[in-house]
Amino acid sequence: MLEACGVGSAEELFAHLPEAVRLNRPLALEPGLSEYEIVDYFRARAAENANGYASFLGAGVYNHYRPVLVDTVVARGEFLTSYTPYQAEISQGTLTAIFEFQTMLCQLTGMDVANASMYDGSTAVPEAAMMAVRATGKGRVLVAKSLHPEYREVLRTYAKYQGMPVEEFGYLPEAGGIDFEDLERKMDGLTAAVIVQSPNFFGIVEQLKTAAGIAHRHGALLVVVFTEAVALGLLAPPTDADIVAGELQSFAISPSYGGPFAGIIATKEKLIRQVPGRLVGQTVDSKGNRAFCLTLATREQHIRREKATSNICTNQALIALMATVFMTVYGKQGLRELAAQNLAKAHYLAGQVQPRFTGGFFNEFVARAEGKSPDEINKALLKKKIVGGLPLGRFYPELADCMLLCATEMSRRGEMDAVAAAFGHAVTEVPEQPGAEVLA
Amino acid sequence: MSKVRSHISQNEALLFERSSPGKKAYQLPALDVPEVDAAAVVGAENVRGEIEGFPEVSEVEAIRHFTRLSTWNYAIDHGMYPLGSCTMKYNPRINELVARIEGLAWAHPYQPETLAQGCMRVMERVENALLEITGMDAVTLQPAAGAHGELTGILLIRALLEKKGNPRKKILIPDSAHGTNPATAAIAGYAVENIRSSETGVLDVSALEQLVTEDVAALMVTNPNTLGVFEENIIHAAEILHNKGAMLYMDGANMNALVGIARPGDFGVDVMHLNLHKTFSTPHGGGGPGAGPVAVKKVLEPFLPLPRLKRLGKRLAWDYKRKNSIGRVRAFYGNFGVLVRALSYILAHGGPGLRNATLDAVLNANYIRKGLEPYYDLPYKSPNMHEVVFSDDRQATLGVRTGDLAKRLIDYGFHPYTVSFPLIVHGALMIEPTETESKRELDEFIEAMIAIAREVETDPQMVKNAPYGTRTSRVDEVAAARKPVLRWKPA
Repeated sequence: MLEACGVGSAEELFAHLPEAVRLNRPLALEPGLSEYEIVDYFRARAAENANGYASFLGAGVYNHYRPVLVDTVVARGEFLTSYTPYQAEISQGTLTAIFEFQTMLCQLTGMDVANASMYDGSTAVPEAAMMAVRATGKGRVLVAKSLHPEYREVLRTYAKYQGMPVEEFGYLPEAGGIDFEDLERKMDGLTAAVIVQSPNFFGIVEQLKTAAGIAHRHGALLVVVFTEAVALGLLAPPTDADIVAGELQSFAISPSYGGPFAGIIATKEKLIRQVPGRLVGQTVDSKGNRAFCLTLATREQHIRREKATSNICTNQALIALMATVFMTVYGKQGLRELAAQNLAKAHYLAGQVQPRFTGGFFNEFVARAEGKSPDEINKALLKKKIVGGLPLGRFYPELADCMLLCATEMSRRGEMDAVAAAFGHAVTEVPEQPGAEVLA
Repeated sequence: MSKVRSHISQNEALLFERSSPGKKAYQLPALDVPEVDAAAVVGAENVRGEIEGFPEVSEVEAIRHFTRLSTWNYAIDHGMYPLGSCTMKYNPRINELVARIEGLAWAHPYQPETLAQGCMRVMERVENALLEITGMDAVTLQPAAGAHGELTGILLIRALLEKKGNPRKKILIPDSAHGTNPATAAIAGYAVENIRSSETGVLDVSALEQLVTEDVAALMVTNPNTLGVFEENIIHAAEILHNKGAMLYMDGANMNALVGIARPGDFGVDVMHLNLHKTFSTPHGGGGPGAGPVAVKKVLEPFLPLPRLKRLGKRLAWDYKRKNSIGRVRAFYGNFGVLVRALSYILAHGGPGLRNATLDAVLNANYIRKGLEPYYDLPYKSPNMHEVVFSDDRQATLGVRTGDLAKRLIDYGFHPYTVSFPLIVHGALMIEPTETESKRELDEFIEAMIAIAREVETDPQMVKNAPYGTRTSRVDEVAAARKPVLRWKPA
């Protein structure tokens, strides 16, 4: 090969690089390791994390069981090691799966169109806000204080440099849902979008019809955000929304210290051309067979450059495939049953501690600590190999005596009783359920 | 066609067409707590009916469905995937294994820092390795992909300039740039001004000198550029910018041509992003996930996204108290699972191994150039690094365009090269083999390309109708866009 290239060594191929740019020493990195040593290194790091702990953390990242089929499918090299499916003739596997993903997200959210994924839920929020700005020609955004605090931070970062004013409206101090009076007060004719989360950051299911009524009356769009996708199995789809921006981590995506996850934007037919990111559409091949391809690319950066709807390029295709397999495995009946189990577990746990809000919730809720701080409770739980809830003082100073607790199908009754005990509550007697001993 | 022959391909309906009522592929444990009536706790109006159309299949139907679909894809595991700029190198499976180790994969981002030290140490090691490789001073691992990194980088520049009193108005972008560059500049609130490349395909420094004014915030440059050519005047360009108070942004999409050879931090770059799914071998997965760390010089460090990893003696902590930060660009800390895979690649190669990968990538691209130069027009004759860009000039005279050549390449058992990009080359064929291809695979590729060049001369129409060997023939993309069908609906 060197001979064919007319050089004596591969180094000579770099001869044209100016002397001043060259690194004239070896990289100060250790020599290469064998496979065994690499596994050993990462096992050692894993051992420094929580291992064998039960956890009641939610707050945007949920502990749900990952069906075996998920990794079986995504480990296939044909999915794992392929590129973005620009060459439709040899990418029908990925394209078909994405088309199914888009369809299932429409079925779940009640929207007409869903994109092929966003980076995650948090970045889907500013993308939804920018969609609303383009669609309405207005510039201001109103966001619920009960939207995930880190999502709000991401929105502010994007908005700040685009001159998009972002203002917040509050939650009801007793019920924990949207303070509609506050929202109404802050609405004006310049508002492009009202952004709410349901179930909200406190786990509470919002009255979306009312939110939509207020937004639409002032000519704004309603953006509904979700972080707990399993809730869609049981709760009414957010059909009152104009745009749905969500996080699919709950659909068999491991918590992985916060990523990679997959976000989603879904919307109504009329906003199709404002959608950011990739879309797969149905068409035919030259023999008339059904086929799929990336479509409406004139929205995208590689065609429109500075006039694109977003700068997003690589997104989360493989993670979206995980979600697709998850939705297939659980299916129509399973997703509902899974959601019902989450509801039941969280309400069992809530029955043992003191929920801070009165609003109806799905699988997480705010619990008030009495007589001790949330940190003290968590410290006591750690000794029992339980990671407790998220202390809320960091995000909501007014809730400094509270923590956000989440229970899923993976929460065991005994562990929930231990949480109640750490709060200082005696466990309320509830009859044992059939099958309980199987889990013990 | 030594690489392929036909084999049976299974048909498969969509999940929704395959479903039968009552079929299921899941199991849930029996509930160990009392059931709860959803309508009673959230209100009947907030409870949904059946999810209309949602799949109902058995486990074996599910696995067959996705396995059949998978066989309709081409992948690196099948063979060379010479997409220029995309860096489709082999994805080592050890990366997949370590990312799934339970203590890492199941770490919750809000678990106490004392119980997340392992994750944080992984991130610290990734940061240190990337700093050594790039020669920069500080790095954030938060951005989720390259374009997200670009946005982060431009926001950092904007924040610094604002702090100095004037964010300025424009970003300069060469005409050879990736489309994400101008899209990013626009999202960060800047106007875009294009710079034409010189006749040798590099940045025209005298044009740059004219264009850099007090209105210019930065130049975004890819180095090596999308022609695979090293920007030889990069140090001079940096001086021109710095003299006017503007900054140099480097798109690190092509960093795989430089690792161990040259460091952006040493040639005047102020801020850059890296694509871990390109240079550092994490799988593309059909279009993500990626990771787009952003490395900066000291002057930009105070503006990096929140939170920052901080070492306190033996312990690592997240630092949220940084008043000049641009804020968060993503929830939590970044695509940690992708960082694990990239670190696994770095550890496997080590310093010398990474440099060797660069040498091999450049040698492979030059070998292809030599092999194909007699058959395809090479518009820019400058020495190329990790990729080479031909044009379809000769074939176009017979009515065959780069897109047709690409489709015919599929019949020879290869994924097409990057078609019609960069835009400065009319009818571009952009070819990047990466370091992981053997001479044998490269020779087969070259033979295939030569055979196609001959076919164009003898039977151009045949080439225009390719591919023939795929289960799906030429797909009608125009029809898809004209009347978009973006979801399945019952007939």
